[in-house]
Amino acid sequence: MSTPATPSDRKIEQVDTVTIRFVGDSGDGMQLTGTEFTKASALAGNDLATFPDYPAEIRAPAGSLFGVSGYQLNFSSRDIHTPGDAPDVLVAMNPAAFKTNLADLKVGGMLIVNTGAFNAQNLEKAGYKSNPLDDAALKQNYKVFAVDISALTEAALQGSGLSAKEIARCKNYFALGLMFWLYNRDAEHEIGNINKKFAKKPPIAAANVAVFKAGYNFGETSELFHASYEVPAAKLAPGVYRNMTGNYATALGFAAVARQTGRQVFLGSYPITPATEILQEMSNLKEDGVVTFQAEDEIAGIGSAIGAAFGGALACTSTSGPGLALKSEMIGLACITELPLVIVNVQRGGPSTGMPTKTEQADLLFSLYGRHGECPVPVLAAQSPADCFYSAMEAMKIAVKWMTPVILLTDGYLANGSEPFRIPDPSELPKVKVSYQTAANGEAGEFLPYKRDAKLVRPWAVPGTAGLEHRVGGLEKDSLSGMVSYDGANHEKMVRTRAQKVANVVEDVPDVKVSGPEKGKVLLLSWGGTYGSVRTTAEALQAEGKSVAHAHLRWLNPLPKNLGAVLRSYEKVVIPEVNAGQLAFYVRASFPGVDPVQFNRINGKPIKTFELAAAVRELL
Amino acid sequence: METTTNGQNGAPALPLYTKKDFESGVDPRWCPGCGDFSIINQVQKLLPTVGVPREKIVFISGIGCSSRFPYYMNNYGMHTLHGRAPSFASGLKVSRPDLMVWVITGDGDALAIGGNHFIHAMRRNMDIKLVMFNNRIYGLTKGQVSPTSELGKKTKTTPYGSPDYPFNPPALALGAGATFVARTVDVEGAHMGGVLKAAAEHKGSTYVEVYQNCPVFNDGAYTYMTEKAVRADSILRMEQGKPLLFGKDGKKGIRFNPQTVHLEVVTVGENGITEKDILVHDATHEDPTIAFMLANLTGKPGFPTPIGVFRDVRQPTCDELTWQQIAEVKEKKGEPTLEKLLASGETWTVK
Ligand SMILES: Cc1ncc(C[n+]2csc(CCOP(=O)(O)OP(=O)(O)O)c2C)c(N)n1
Ligand code: SF4
Repeated sequence: MSTPATPSDRKIEQVDTVTIRFVGDSGDGMQLTGTEFTKASALAGNDLATFPDYPAEIRAPAGSLFGVSGYQLNFSSRDIHTPGDAPDVLVAMNPAAFKTNLADLKVGGMLIVNTGAFNAQNLEKAGYKSNPLDDAALKQNYKVFAVDISALTEAALQGSGLSAKEIARCKNYFALGLMFWLYNRDAEHEIGNINKKFAKKPPIAAANVAVFKAGYNFGETSELFHASYEVPAAKLAPGVYRNMTGNYATALGFAAVARQTGRQVFLGSYPITPATEILQEMSNLKEDGVVTFQAEDEIAGIGSAIGAAFGGALACTSTSGPGLALKSEMIGLACITELPLVIVNVQRGGPSTGMPTKTEQADLLFSLYGRHGECPVPVLAAQSPADCFYSAMEAMKIAVKWMTPVILLTDGYLANGSEPFRIPDPSELPKVKVSYQTAANGEAGEFLPYKRDAKLVRPWAVPGTAGLEHRVGGLEKDSLSGMVSYDGANHEKMVRTRAQKVANVVEDVPDVKVSGPEKGKVLLLSWGGTYGSVRTTAEALQAEGKSVAHAHLRWLNPLPKNLGAVLRSYEKVVIPEVNAGQLAFYVRASFPGVDPVQFNRINGKPIKTFELAAAVRELL
Repeated sequence: METTTNGQNGAPALPLYTKKDFESGVDPRWCPGCGDFSIINQVQKLLPTVGVPREKIVFISGIGCSSRFPYYMNNYGMHTLHGRAPSFASGLKVSRPDLMVWVITGDGDALAIGGNHFIHAMRRNMDIKLVMFNNRIYGLTKGQVSPTSELGKKTKTTPYGSPDYPFNPPALALGAGATFVARTVDVEGAHMGGVLKAAAEHKGSTYVEVYQNCPVFNDGAYTYMTEKAVRADSILRMEQGKPLLFGKDGKKGIRFNPQTVHLEVVTVGENGITEKDILVHDATHEDPTIAFMLANLTGKPGFPTPIGVFRDVRQPTCDELTWQQIAEVKEKKGEPTLEKLLASGETWTVK
């Protein structure tokens, strides 16, 4: 490319962690810009975590406050667990994006704005009476880089023959090029990516490459920036890595089960934000033994999965809050028939449609208890985007081993966020063992579908197996034959047996591990997607010499055997959650005498570590 | 693995089944005189003749009196949730296309709470055989109005008469895209046997409506057409390739009037009408229009009620298409390995 051949005379400063947020109109291509920059950071060997934050509206009116789409990326030479609390660098493509995000930018942070979008019309749409860039205070608080990205993009594409609209769509590549220069990223590699991505539309590919280069060269040649930066590679465990979102990781986990076992994995599902990609991704893995079925609604989604499970498939269904509500009668059926099934619930802001594109952890109690009748099911929660892979495999392993529906909780933040995933050797993976009953098990040579083994697990006999024909269903069944039974004593026995079986799953639940002092003042107890924030907070407080430990719950039902003892080893237990206190409630009920201090945020965002750290310091 | 998940391929020669092989040994708990008995009787008589091993036949039902059916059959079976049987059946059939999957349902089950699943199962042309016991009442919950109850019907929840218009189920099934649509009556054993046999042979979404008497909550719902005295004039027996004639002397017939674009009842030998004027029944028409017109004769004053097969069209089924696609993708992408799957996409190496 036509970047100056001689290295820039400007200095390159080393920094260890940077958080960048790209914000613009939903049509501005901020998600693409973010993911491309993420890939480049990964290739540079940084540890990273991302947090896309997009509006619920698909095509919000241009320039509107509610149409702002953002992508935050934290990249580092250290081991990091979150996409960063507050950006060090904010790239704002228009006044609306500027207005809705400026408050998050760290004081002293770098603000790059597209001044070309700060015209009368856009200012008015964002509710500005005057141009906020003229405010003197702005320059005092931040390092402001005012760049007319719109005009520079137009200039780069003069004579390209593209329409004004097409040209306007290229400007995210200017911003990307500029950031590539600023952080010394591999521009050649990105040009290759652009050409690949737009291979079917060569004029667009050429335009984006031109604009990308213009952005890069602008950084180099304009005197605006006194330095560029470099974030050295992190010391990640050796191996081959790929970047994955939580939803992709979930899909890959299920597909891995199909490959590992040589059995069919069946997904019955219905699109719902933010779970949809699981269905989409799995639909694309047909060669791997995955069968997907897009049903007419969430009820039919899980129904089809239960039907497939009856047929011997490793069945799962994916959904989000409102869909989980619809599935609750079906989960009861899976529980009473004792068929293996994984229900993935990607939690989002609720109740009802709530905030579909924003994250929340408010379905914990619903997952544990949200069914009629006595209906316990194992519940586990993934802790990071890449961990969704292992969680999906583990959930399936438990479902099949124990013949039970299992709820796997992820959330909008994990689903869309991404992080590097070290590709494991197949031997490192959780082993899913599938075995079907092939012979009669009764004394008189009959088949007893509800005759259990020592762990209380019933046999799985699938259609096609001669001699084991039997019926399952939602009516209470005799404890051996599975025939309908209205006998009260039998019902009580069955209710208790099903509960005991789920309690027995504890043998597969590892003890909770504590990082930090084994006894002390404060234990931070997290679950699910807040792992990263809480871990980072604990590490920061430990670095200050504070007596703070961290424990994370992967299994919510059954709870780890040692949890009570761990909780009682600290003066205070603090439970940070993105809900109104559901784990805290559950812990109080499960461990009498333990009264956790709650730290709750219900703002649709991951917990900010500095807020949590401040709250914990007050307790010390 | 491939099409089956249990590794059972190449079934041995079929045993010679008898009706008894399909009885579970649990005595049906339907009320004495319930039409459901005659239906299960016909199904159990049919199954030894369908050429499918017993262990590959699955009955799936929803909730209702009718839906107790699987418990009385000696096959694999699932008694599921109210209205949802088609969803289980669809999942099972896509997952295991080697199985013969039946759905047993009632009018409330299939058309009220399960209406959505019903129409989608039909439109997808999933190879499932859905038999709906239509007693025009809710039996299990003891006598409330159903989506097939007549306008003005007095039931426990409509003490002053129902203000609801009913569904015409075969028309609904046709509209939804079912490739096999038929109707039969509980008291016509031989007819039912024939219809069920045709249903068993069809590949694709199969809807069979059985007019079923509920002597407890809706007794005599079909006597207007099944009574000996009126039967000949009030039932139109549709037979493939035969003219649509009915009546005591077989002289009445259905004619398509091109001027009015309607079906009309005519009498052979009157007004110059000959047998040539009578519509010849052809259920294999790709276009369901005539089948729909026939279905709409149901309950129309002056017309007989059609029974038999309205439509029987072979189209690629959803399960066939699904597995064809899987085969094509495998062909194109090659047998993958776990290693390849894990390392797909853009990767980088950390040393
Ligand atoms: C979710 C749910 N809602 C309501 C019921 C109660 N219920 C059971 S069967 C039934 C109606 C059955 O009528 P139909 O489908 O016509 O079958 P029939 O009993 O007449 O054979 C109802 C309302 C239920 N079991 N589940
Ligand atoms: S209530 Fe009616 S439909 Fe139900 S079993 Fe009795 S007679 Fe049959």
